[in-house]
Parts: sequence; structure tokens; C-alpha cells
Amino acid sequence: MKNLKIMALALTAIFTFNSCSNDDSPVVEEELITTLTATFVGGGETITLTSRDADGDGPNAPIITLSGNFAASTNYSGSVQFLNELVNPAENITEEIEEKDLEHQVFYQIPNSLGNFTYSDFDTEGNPLGLEFTFATGANPGTGIITITLRHLPNKNADGVSDGNISNAGGSTDVEVSFPIVII
Amino acid sequence: MFGFSSYGQFTLSGKITNEKNQPLTGSHIHTQYFNTVSNPIGEFEINGLPKGELRVYISYLGYTTCDTLVDITQDVVLNVQLKPSETKLESVTVKQKTAKVSSSLSEQRISKASIERNSSKTLADALKEVPGVSLLRTGTTIVKPVINGLHSSRVPIFSNQVRLEDQQWGTEHAPNFDLNAAGKISVVKGASGLQYSGDAVGGMVIIESTSVKQDTLFGRTIVSGSSNGRGGTISSSIHKGNSAGWRWNALGTFTYFGDRESPDYVLSNSGNRELNFSGDVSYVKENYGLSAFYSLYNAKIGILSASHIGNVTDLYNSINNQIPYIINDFTYSIQHPKQVIQHHLFKLNYLQKLDESSSISTFYSLQFNNRNELDLRLGEDANKAALDLELTTHSLQSDYKKEWNQFTLKTGISGLFQNNFANPRTGVRPLIPTYVRFDAGFYGIGTYEINEDLIVDGGVRYDFSTIEASKDYLKSRWEERGYQDDFADIIVDETANQWRTKPQFTFHNISASLGVRKDFQQDWKWLNNISLSNRNPNPSEFFSDGLHHSTGQIELGDLRLKKEESLKFSSSLSKNGKSFSMEINPFLHYISNFIYLRPIGFETTIRGAFPVWEFQQTNARLFGLDFHSQWNIHSNWQHKFSFAYVNGEDLSESQPLIDMPPMTISTSIQYKKEGWNGLLLELQSESVFRQHRYPDFNFETDIIVDGEFVPVIVDISTPPKAYQLFHFYSEMKFKAFKILDTTIALSVQNMLNTDYRDYLNRQRFFVDEMGRNIQLQLKINY
Repeated sequence: MKNLKIMALALTAIFTFNSCSNDDSPVVEEELITTLTATFVGGGETITLTSRDADGDGPNAPIITLSGNFAASTNYSGSVQFLNELVNPAENITEEIEEKDLEHQVFYQIPNSLGNFTYSDFDTEGNPLGLEFTFATGANPGTGIITITLRHLPNKNADGVSDGNISNAGGSTDVEVSFPIVII
Repeated sequence: MFGFSSYGQFTLSGKITNEKNQPLTGSHIHTQYFNTVSNPIGEFEINGLPKGELRVYISYLGYTTCDTLVDITQDVVLNVQLKPSETKLESVTVKQKTAKVSSSLSEQRISKASIERNSSKTLADALKEVPGVSLLRTGTTIVKPVINGLHSSRVPIFSNQVRLEDQQWGTEHAPNFDLNAAGKISVVKGASGLQYSGDAVGGMVIIESTSVKQDTLFGRTIVSGSSNGRGGTISSSIHKGNSAGWRWNALGTFTYFGDRESPDYVLSNSGNRELNFSGDVSYVKENYGLSAFYSLYNAKIGILSASHIGNVTDLYNSINNQIPYIINDFTYSIQHPKQVIQHHLFKLNYLQKLDESSSISTFYSLQFNNRNELDLRLGEDANKAALDLELTTHSLQSDYKKEWNQFTLKTGISGLFQNNFANPRTGVRPLIPTYVRFDAGFYGIGTYEINEDLIVDGGVRYDFSTIEASKDYLKSRWEERGYQDDFADIIVDETANQWRTKPQFTFHNISASLGVRKDFQQDWKWLNNISLSNRNPNPSEFFSDGLHHSTGQIELGDLRLKKEESLKFSSSLSKNGKSFSMEINPFLHYISNFIYLRPIGFETTIRGAFPVWEFQQTNARLFGLDFHSQWNIHSNWQHKFSFAYVNGEDLSESQPLIDMPPMTISTSIQYKKEGWNGLLLELQSESVFRQHRYPDFNFETDIIVDGEFVPVIVDISTPPKAYQLFHFYSEMKFKAFKILDTTIALSVQNMLNTDYRDYLNRQRFFVDEMGRNIQLQLKINY
């Protein structure tokens, strides 16, 4: 096989349309979102929900961690952050979402009995972006799922989308994570 | 300058000999259009003949003049043995045969008219007129031919003998070829063309560029404008012909289209651009010929915005809503995702005649293919390609041909060296890795004429192929594939989460073909052929691993795949009469280790869940029938009918094969009146049935509704319903400025603006097909 490689290099050298060298280094994956961290501050506590998918599109499922339980009848102010932790130092994708705020929206879904989300940040056209929000928990304890979805190129003017209803949003999903939460 | 009022597309060639089979130099060949004289080895050639009956007179001093009628419906070879005039008048021996890939396998020619009609479309669109050829689409402009149910790596395409190496493994990688550059196109529905390759499991498409052997200089321009896509094509060519000495051709094509439209909405981001060039120069003498050919294909193709989906929830929504999630106003601009492709082909050919009956032809070719796929990306990477492949292919081939009285021998050797470079600076793990490949092969084919109406042919070919790749696997993927036990020795390096591997594969393949042709009276022919071929797994089948953005699925290759072995029997019975012609072509095809993509489950990522499709192997059986007929009802009226059916079965699992083309029927009626400026009116009906035979690969997934997981079925299997389309075509011929032969053609595709989806369109989950299109075309010969 050595000979084959030498031949390869010799023949490619004869014929190069692009000045590209035969760079054989492993691919460094860029713009990949590996990690979502949602932080909730309220009732004197900080709760973080994290989903970390260390192998990207690889076979391993993301690891989901919750730092604690939510308290009933409490207002939390929250924010969400997206990172690519495959590069060192970790790349903060949140900044790029802020730059392209018209092309993105984060959606939060939770059963109405457990609480509701309200957007606190808006894009340059006054539509919600969703990197910052408030979460008001319901009066009763319970369990359920919070789903956080980042949509690329959603139709922000569709019916209900500015209220955080994802059903008419369209676009493609860049992140979709479900956290099983407990309200005590 | 040459009057091109009668410029046609057919060639009559042959050899004039005496009763002892010696060549008669300087025989006169007369037809109503052109006259010529046979060369020192008795051969002659007349080009540019129109379709129809042609009276040919062949005379030589001291010999009886041969007066014969030839039915020109394709290129005809007319070998004539003249008898000395002293002897008693006897009927002369006239043999008609066509220059073909194989004498025992049915081969369909695409008419020049069809090539011109499809000037602003793709190669595959022109091939569709052949019964048994269907189209595999990804949107409107990425189209691949499917022959008897098979496509991509199983249907190689040859341009001037050179196999196109343009990343042809992918279903969304259309042939990088400008249809306008084709002079002749043939479709061979089997692997019997052993002089070309031994792995054409599905069949092959053979393209030759225009070559003019008459001493003339002429040009041709075709301008087409289309309502759907609001664009068009201009293609211009100039040809310098010569019987001996210098010949050259040059052709340029420019295509510009905006978004196409379905009957109800704009297909956003479906525009395309092409800027192509091809040209050749050749120097031909009696005993040798030297030619150089170059072509450049340059395309930018928008990928439908609505087909770029995220996870399985998006796929589920798209299938169930039946409405694309992005519909923008019409625009000419092409956004991401898109493909930007360049393909260069250079060829140098030398032909040497060794004596009157043998010749040797050698060529070297170089192809360079650069494929950039640009995706929707964030930030600084927005304009960086997500896939950047540079494929360089060198090939060298030498063919020897020798003709005896009843026996023809063709033999040759070939070698290929290929280097694929997957640019790692894209920042995305490439689907196809960097690799080098080396092939070598040789073949021998014999054709024996037992008598005038019985011919047998047979051939055998050996191919060696070796490929070495440089592939990075995620460690998690490496374990999921179970490679740690079987392939630990190919690991050469590691980074934090990846293994660097050097997989290498070597193959030795034998392919063979055997056939017989029997001619009966009254224009009946019966052809039978059996061919054995082998196809090695392609780089995508071996190495794919990752998310395919245009389909929202994870595709996994397998290093353990074996080569495909195919055995195809095909038979063809045809009648070529004056008022009625038909061909019926049944086939039976067994493929062991047939490679196909199959869903195997789910993988959850931070983007949600994605269906996983894996390349698997099974034993497949296909059978089918192609039929077409042409009936000249009256001197002005013509009726054409064609039918194609294929039945694919996965024998190991006892279930239908996926993605088999549904049954199609096409009928057309044509009215032609030469006296009225060559008026031609044609109405065509195209019926595509629903594919009832399909495997159920539907899967269940959980989508979130009101904070709860709700299980749903994602129906990726059910084929779309049947549809019927009507097309219209009309043309008239004029003399513009008294000297320019001009044809104006007006055509309408999908006249009734029918809504439909096609089973073989990969975007059928997202959008309807294109709606009505009105095309105006102007052809000028000068």
C-alpha cells in the first residue's frame, strides 16, 4: 500500500486544479451544539438543567442532569445557553444565535398544570427570541416534562408562535431536549 | 457552406467488396441526399441522413450496380458484395447491421429530437423515453436514470468511452453531464458491454459526442424559455467536419432558472445555474486518427428549503401536513442548502488501423470532480461548504479489434487510478472519506456469424480493484458498529474521541456475457442474452456514518459488506416494419448480496431522535417487462405506446424490495404534415400507477404534545397515489432570412396542472412535483 500512496501523491501533484493541499488532519467539528444548559433562579435557589451529547451525531444518547427540584408557586427567571464542548476552549453558540436573532426561536413546552413560560427577550423585529424567559410554577406539586426546542428559520409570524406555541412554527430543529422535572 | 435543410441524424456506413471479399476502392455510392466514394479499404460513410426510406445505388465499373432500399430508423451498416457484370444477374448480398455495444442485447437509442427537446433539462429526462427507464429525483434538477429498477453505482454512464467518475454513488448526485453535448445516447439494459465495464449490474448509458465526417462547417443554436422556473437555456455549437484531416467541434451551454412552482405553491430554493463547455479536435488519416476532447460541467443547484428538516418530529409533521414548512415568494436567487459542482473531463485518443480488418485504439483520460455541498450554518461558517470532495481519476485503456469473414474479436486492457480528497476544513465529518483506488482489467469479446441470420456472441472480463481509505470514526460509533473485534488492526492513530483508521479492500472479479441473435423474415429479430457481473461496495456503502441533512436520517455504512453478484437474463423480440414496429423485452435478474438502505431504529442526539438507516445485504430477484410500439396509421398520423413493469423481491426476507419504480404506461399520438412547414403536433399521456409492492419500514416514535410523550407512526413507506399527466408538443420549420433553417417548438408539460407526488422522488415527503410548464424553443442551423 505504500507504493499506492506514493503513486497517489505523484499523480495528484501532476494535476491540481485547486491549490488545496492534501490536508489529512482529522475533522474538527464546528458549529455543533453538544450542550444545552438552562438556568433557573428563583425562591433563593438556582436550578440548572443540562443535556450534554459528547459524541454529537454519534450513537450515544445525551446525558441529562437536573440539579434539583422546583418549588410550587414560585417565579423563576431563566436563561439558556448552547455550547460546543468538542472544541477547546468550548465554543459559545448562544452568541451566534443572538446575532441571527431573526432566524431563531427557543420554545418551552410544559403541561399547563405545572406552570408556564413567558419570553423576556426579543429580536430586532420585536418577536420573541427565547434565550431569556421567566417560568412561573403552578400552585400544586407534580411531575412532568419540560421540552426545550431551538428552531432554525421558524415562521415567527405564524399563529401563536410569538406566544411560544411551537405547532405552527415550522423551521428545522437544531436542539430538542426533554427534562423530567419535579415540583414540590 | 452546407445546406442544412435536410440535416438529419443518421449515418449509413459500410464496406463494398467484390465476390472474393476484396475491397473495391472508389465505388460510387449515390443517395438522394449525398454521394460518396469508398476509400482504399472499401469503406464509406454518409452522415446526416433523415429518418425514412432511402434508395441507395452502389456502382463500380465492371460490376453490377446494386440498387437497394434501406429503412433508416437508426444508424445503419450496409455491407455490400458486388458481383462482376459478366456473370448472370443474381441478387446481391446485402447485409444490414447496426454498430452496437452487443449484438445479443437490446439497446435503445435516444433520438436527436428528444435530446434537443430536453435541452434545458437533464440527461436522465431525455433517457425517460426508453421504456424501462424511470427517473430517481431529488427535487426537479437532480435526476438520475433508473434502468429496470436499478440506479446510481449500478448504472455507469460513459461519455466518449470514459466512465463518468463524479461521486455517482449518491442518490442526490446527478450525472455531471451537459445533455446538449450528446450526439448519440444509447441505453443498454444489462451488463453485456464488457468492453466498458464488468460491474454495470443495472445497465449502462453510453454517450458519444457529435462527430461530422463530411467536409463541412456548420453551427447550431437552441434557445429554450420555460414558464415554470422563469428561465431557460441557450446552447450553441459549431462543427467542422472533414472526411480526412482536421475535424473539430465546440459547444457552450448556459442555463438559468429561478424557483420552480408546483400547482399550489412555489418550490422555494429550487433554482439552478449551469455553464458548460465541451470541445474536441481530431486529425484523421486513412490509417490513423488522433483526437483530444475536453468538457467542463459547471453547476449550482438549489436544494429545496423545505427538505432541510431537523429531527423525526419535523419529518412526521412534514409527512402528515403534506404542506412544505417554507414557502417564500418566487426568486431567482439560490440560498443554502445548495450544491456547487465542477466536473472536468479530458481525453486523448489514438486510433491506428493495423490492416484492412484490424485496428487498435488507445486513450488516456483525466477527470477532476469538485463537489461542494453548502448547508444552513451559523456564524463564520455560513459560507463554508459542509461537504467538499475533490475526486481525481486517471484512466488508460487500449482496445484491439479484428474482423474476419464471420468472426469479430474485440479485446482490451484498462487501468484506473483514483484519489478522493475529503477536505477536513469544512468542520463537518465527511460522509465520504479520503481514499485512493486502483483498478486494472482486461476483456475479450467474440462475435460469430453462423449464417446471415444467426449470430452468437460471448465475452469474459477480469477486474482487479483495491481501495485504501483514511477514515476517522467516533469511538462511540466504532463500538456501536462492533468493529473493535474485527477491525482493531486498521487503527493507526487516535484523537480525543476519534479513531483514525486505514481500511483497505481488494477485489478480484470475473464477469461474462453470452448471447444469441436470430433474424426471421419480415423484419423480426429475437435477441437473448445472459450476463454475469459483480459490483464492489462503493465508498458510501462502506464508510457512511452520520447525519444526512437533506433526508434527516443517520446513514451507516458497513466495512463487512461483500461484493454484489448479479445474473441477468434478458430476451427481446422485435419487429421493425414499415407501418408497425414493436419490441417486447422481458427480463429476469438475480442479485446476491444486493446492497440497500434499511431503517434499523433510532438514535437520540441533542437535536432529538433520528431514524437510523443502515446499508444491508440481501438476495434480490427482479423480473419485468418493457414494451413499446410505433404504428404509422397513415402518412400523417403516428401512434406510440410504451409500457414498463418491474417486480422486485427481497428473497431472504420474502418481502418486496424498496424503491422499485411503479408500472408506467405512455401513449402518444402525432400528426405530421411536411407540406405545412413540417408541422408536427403531438399529444402524450403518461400514466404512473401506484406502487403496491413495498416493504413496511414505518417506525414508531414519541412526539411531545402538551408536555406528554405521544407515540405516533412515521409513515415513510406508503407510496404516493397514481397519477396521469398530459403533455403537448408542436413544431414548425421555417427559413429565416432565406438561409437559416429554423424550427420553432412550443410544448406544454403537465397541461392540466395536476398535483402529484412520485414514489422515486426523495422529496416526496415534503412537496408536490412541478406544475404546468410552457416551453418555447427556437432551433437554428447555419
